[in-house]
Amino acid sequence: MSDTAKDLHSEYMVINMGPSHPVTHGTVKFLLTLEGETIIDMKVDIGYLHRGFEKMCENGTWEQVIPYTDRLNYVSPLINNVGYALAVEKLIGIEAPQRCQYIRVIASELARISDHYTNVAASGLELGAFTAFLYFVEARELIWDLIEMLCGARVTANYVRIGGLKNDLPDGFKTKSRDVFKRCRELWADVDKLLTKNRIFIDRVRNVGVMPPEDAIAWGFTGPCLRACGIPYDVRKFHPYLVYDQMDFEVPVGETGDNFDRYLVRMEEINQSMRIVEQALDKMPTGPVNVDMPEYRWQSKDDISNRIESMIFHFKTVTEGIKPPAGEIYSAVEGANGELGFYLVSDGSGKPYKCRVRPPCFPLTAAMPKMVRGSFIADIIPTFDMINMIGGECDR
Amino acid sequence: MVADLIESIVKILFIFGVNIGFFSPILGWVERKQSALMQDRVGANRADIFGYTLIGLFHPIADAIKVLTKEDFIPDGADRLIHTLAPFISLTPAIVAFAVIPFGGQYELFGHRVNLIIADLDVGLLFVFAFASLASFGAVLAGWSSNNNWSFLGGLRASAQMLSYEVVMGLNIIGVIMVYGTLRLSEIGAMQVNFFDWGIFLQPVGFVLFFTCAIAENKRAPFDVAEAESELVAGYFTEYSGLKFVMFWMGEFLEIVTIGGLVTTMFFGAWHLPFVSDQMLLNFFRFAGPNGAAILAILVNIITFFTKVIFFIWLQMTIRWTLPRFRYDQVMRLGWKMFLPIALINIFITGLVILVK
Repeated sequence: MSDTAKDLHSEYMVINMGPSHPVTHGTVKFLLTLEGETIIDMKVDIGYLHRGFEKMCENGTWEQVIPYTDRLNYVSPLINNVGYALAVEKLIGIEAPQRCQYIRVIASELARISDHYTNVAASGLELGAFTAFLYFVEARELIWDLIEMLCGARVTANYVRIGGLKNDLPDGFKTKSRDVFKRCRELWADVDKLLTKNRIFIDRVRNVGVMPPEDAIAWGFTGPCLRACGIPYDVRKFHPYLVYDQMDFEVPVGETGDNFDRYLVRMEEINQSMRIVEQALDKMPTGPVNVDMPEYRWQSKDDISNRIESMIFHFKTVTEGIKPPAGEIYSAVEGANGELGFYLVSDGSGKPYKCRVRPPCFPLTAAMPKMVRGSFIADIIPTFDMINMIGGECDR
Repeated sequence: MVADLIESIVKILFIFGVNIGFFSPILGWVERKQSALMQDRVGANRADIFGYTLIGLFHPIADAIKVLTKEDFIPDGADRLIHTLAPFISLTPAIVAFAVIPFGGQYELFGHRVNLIIADLDVGLLFVFAFASLASFGAVLAGWSSNNNWSFLGGLRASAQMLSYEVVMGLNIIGVIMVYGTLRLSEIGAMQVNFFDWGIFLQPVGFVLFFTCAIAENKRAPFDVAEAESELVAGYFTEYSGLKFVMFWMGEFLEIVTIGGLVTTMFFGAWHLPFVSDQMLLNFFRFAGPNGAAILAILVNIITFFTKVIFFIWLQMTIRWTLPRFRYDQVMRLGWKMFLPIALINIFITGLVILVK
């Protein structure tokens, strides 16, 4: 048989998977070289969602960057807001008030929950488990209700400000979140029943897209994909920011670094994030949410109308932008996909000299060929879903 | 002679009407509504006539109009003849296979013996299998003729999967044939008068295997690797549009009905109510006179049969919306390494039991 096969004329099939293919959401192209169904080689072609984010930032004031960050990882925009605001605050050298920090923690964790819901749901959908998908979409809608209550928008939040927040926590937020989390936990249990012990699902994701821990570090993995390899690196624990050091939560880790562990890590992180939100709501101190520094954060409308200093600063910050001292910093937060870093350079003017983002899914996408080479076409799907590549963040 | 002709025409019109006129449009609606119920959604409810939506029941009509007015697209470089032929090859067997499935017993009506089956072939089961394997050509040819790599991969998967599962399905059936000693489906049905003679009690393993293999043969989730939309766009019918696309779709739905019919006939007492024979029905309806009793008994038969069929349609839909999809190699491994040995062991044990008896 094998001798005959050698004499047969055969060649590899080269095929474009994407950019418009049902599985390459986030818009990416895989150039596949196939032998039958086996992947001989894969080239990843990104950049279809490139908008020139970093260049746009250089043309706006520091404040005007915040709406742009919503469009980075558009599944969890609040984390991007928080990450950017923290970076600028670090550049200036200010710290937001305690209440603001608690609300930022709540916002980040809500965004993380909605991101993980979307990710797990979409992987279910693409493996054919449509029902699990819609259960988590319902849960995500409920979380988005909370986010809408918080800032008025469901997706493009634009909530966090440098040195503060757009507004304080609304009334009734705690009650509403208790109801939402109750329903979300029920839906979580349903999806857990549908997927976690489902033999077909396990067969599809177990030992697929395996990344050994040392390789994962070498490729620059962070977030759930790194933790699935058994490395408990989490920015929230290793370089605590905001008030994460006062929160009691665990960092789930996997063992094998395959897609099933990535799924399990995300599922558990949903629970841990809910715990954090509940703790933050319980411990929430009273006080202002904005720093009392009119040169960086607008005063209240009352002050602007009635106090001359406030009005002058308001005029200056609106027309010229806030002016952080010249310098450069790198500040990272734990995004839903991993370490979301902002590298900012200021020349002392009202606009960022440079605003570089370290997108967590860029190294993950780069490692796609390594993870799927030698396996089947069908294995691309869970692997690509579990690295959760978001075009807006990867291509910027 | 004339009576025979009339009988045949009425039966053909009835089955054709039920399948094409009722099941195939309604199943599209059922699939939407059932999945919606399972997923906390509302489902199709927008199409209306004069403001009446009738819980979305007008959607099949709207779909039909849409499909008929769509462009019939054949891609560049496609084999036009085969590309056009493939959907017909896919749909016809699904329609024809129902001819040998009985939907009732035999009754004396106006001095004429009525047999509630279109074609009472003595090789009925083989006929079903022959046509089921013809259907696989539709998928293969569609994939081959479309001049598209995704379609091609889908066609390859479809051919391999359907061939493998036909083998297993054939071996499953041998158990049933051994138990009932006939290939004629009307006889298999008639033998299940006694509740404990139903195929599910005599061939429980055979039922599970047959039902699973039939879903795989029909290429529905969790075995829909040939049209896996996240992997192969739409598999072998990626390049089809309009009416031809719907023919594949209808073929799939009609096969759901056929699978329901076969499972009912072989494993769930065909047209019989539990513990009720046709003679008991006739006695029960004595008050309506001999002809009236026969008509009422026929109606009870048909309703019983199609209720069972609808139950298995529901079961297939539920499975389809619950489970994720297998990987191609896992489907093949399941067929050859799990189902085939189990089917062989089943035959062996069935033989032993028959020998001992």
